[in-house]
Amino acid sequence: MAEITKSQLSGLTEPIWRIRLRLLRRSFIENWRLFREYPIGMIGLGIIAVFGLMAVAHPILMEYVWEPRVYDPVIGYDISILAHPSQPSSTHILGTDPLGRDVLSQLLYGTRFGFSLGISAALVSVIVSTSIGALSAYYGGIVDVFFMRLADVVIMLPFIAILIVLSALIEFNGLSLALVYGILVGFGGQTIVIKSQALSIKVKPYIEAARAAGGSDGHIIFTHLIPNLMPLSFLYMMFTVTGAVFAEAALSFFGLLNIRMSWGIMINTAQAAGYLLAGPEYLHLMLPAGLAITMLCSSFYMVGRALDEVVNPRLRQR
Amino acid sequence: MGNYILRRLFQIILTLVIFQTLLFLILDAQPGDITLQYLTDPRVTPEIRDQMRIALGLNKPPIERYLQWLRNFTTGNLGISFSHYPRPVLDIILERAPRTIVLFLTSTLVSFFVGFVLGKQLAWRRGGSFEYSMTMVGVVLYTIFTPWFALILIYLLGLRLGWLPVGKFLDPILWLVIIGTPLGLWALSDVGYLAGDMLEHMILPVAVATLVSFAGTMLMMRNTMLETLREDFVMASRAKGLSEAEVRDKHAARNAFLPVFTNLIISIPFVLSGGIITETVFSWPGMGLTLLQAVQNEDIPLAMGAMTCVGVLALFAHLFADVTYAFLDPRIRYQ
Repeated sequence: MAEITKSQLSGLTEPIWRIRLRLLRRSFIENWRLFREYPIGMIGLGIIAVFGLMAVAHPILMEYVWEPRVYDPVIGYDISILAHPSQPSSTHILGTDPLGRDVLSQLLYGTRFGFSLGISAALVSVIVSTSIGALSAYYGGIVDVFFMRLADVVIMLPFIAILIVLSALIEFNGLSLALVYGILVGFGGQTIVIKSQALSIKVKPYIEAARAAGGSDGHIIFTHLIPNLMPLSFLYMMFTVTGAVFAEAALSFFGLLNIRMSWGIMINTAQAAGYLLAGPEYLHLMLPAGLAITMLCSSFYMVGRALDEVVNPRLRQR
Repeated sequence: MGNYILRRLFQIILTLVIFQTLLFLILDAQPGDITLQYLTDPRVTPEIRDQMRIALGLNKPPIERYLQWLRNFTTGNLGISFSHYPRPVLDIILERAPRTIVLFLTSTLVSFFVGFVLGKQLAWRRGGSFEYSMTMVGVVLYTIFTPWFALILIYLLGLRLGWLPVGKFLDPILWLVIIGTPLGLWALSDVGYLAGDMLEHMILPVAVATLVSFAGTMLMMRNTMLETLREDFVMASRAKGLSEAEVRDKHAARNAFLPVFTNLIISIPFVLSGGIITETVFSWPGMGLTLLQAVQNEDIPLAMGAMTCVGVLALFAHLFADVTYAFLDPRIRYQ
């Protein structure tokens, strides 16, 4: 209702949300055109798409193709093979691990886990860092000093060590790890970057105009400041995904997480059973998981790099 | 300037207190304590464990222990390690820190140098296939799963080809020989041998730590260099008739170096905390491994001490970076 009266007042024939949508669509197309110019970003997107297919493929394969008793990533066991780990074969394309489980099934299952972990951590960190960056840039003073000193403290914490300590306090599963990681990143370096961007937006004329038109603090922060911070936040989301996937793998590698199956756990299993440096015939135990971690991390990082070229006006080619 | 430094020093003290409070809170909130590792040892009865707790001061309330830690810290006393009882924490840190510094200072400097040179070229040849292929390689190495990468290198170079030793700081047999040989004999002749052996053990960890980190500097250098290349003085130096290499190296790159330099200074304190992952994979008994063990054993004084050392250095490095920045770039003024 309010929307219609507003548009009537300004003499527009269209409702305002449609105009906003059109503007959004136009800026999206414009940015997409810029993004496409960087092959690195497109390669990254391609890899992400492959991982997306892998994540979707697992439940379908489990439902229709694979026998759950044999191919379950956690409790499956192939009794037809005498000695585990077994070499890649037609029934187990990537072989089986020391506990007789199918490596390909674990790999696909781990994709879903890695994706959801990375993206939820990125969401948490972006919500935290954008709101705090915007608030401390807008209000300044004591709020700013408090959050910036806090960011200094968080940056000084050695990440892996702190996550290990916290793993004694919190029973880490995928969700809580994503939360903790997102909060640590969000309060740390990311806030500083977003705040400095918010400072440069705060002095723009349209903020002044909004204030002159009688906009409240909340209105200015939510409808002017934060939407203009979104591109940069989105960029940092990509980097957070990389970091979160890496942190999970590192913690699993040290055997500190309570998760059913992930890429880090696959490497940890191979290591715990002593097949780490056993020879080229046991490469299928380590190579797929390690490659998957690396590829997923780099694909998001590549997309981030390409986004940087789009959102950072100082880097644009003229 | 003096006023600015004074204000910053005050902030550093404040930040440090918050940092230590947070650390103590997290470390002390862990369930159990160090005496619980003797739970399965039949010789250590619950009474003995209680006595150990009293001896270590663990029976006092946390707030009292925290205040005691703060009081000791201001006098430069970092306490006594629980797991290396009765060695003082400072002693352990002084023993372990040089090893980490040797390893990670080397790799930090090498990776910054490599990143600087490559980033310069990347910006210079923007849009070419060199840029794209180098960025791809850099990003993949930057995001590679370090333990896995290190293990593959160990496997290839250490086990398969047998070129380099696999782990440890020094060969244990060599250690025995050194300790067994009378002091006078090896003091002159074997020191060189010792250094050679250490260098040989360093190659792999330094290579790993460099390879996984140079891309950060490279990409950053590229971005600042791209900004610099659009400045007027670059065009002016071209107009003067300088060669392209001179414009790139002497005019553009030196101006683009500032942020990279700041980053280098800021990252040097973290040399001390080291790569926990790299040190663990290579069994390098430095600060990272010490910190990991301290944290896992709930050796609170050692963990606090190690992290505080890094924190103090980090805060001062920030200040140092800001101050040198004003000297290097005269446009920057602090009130």
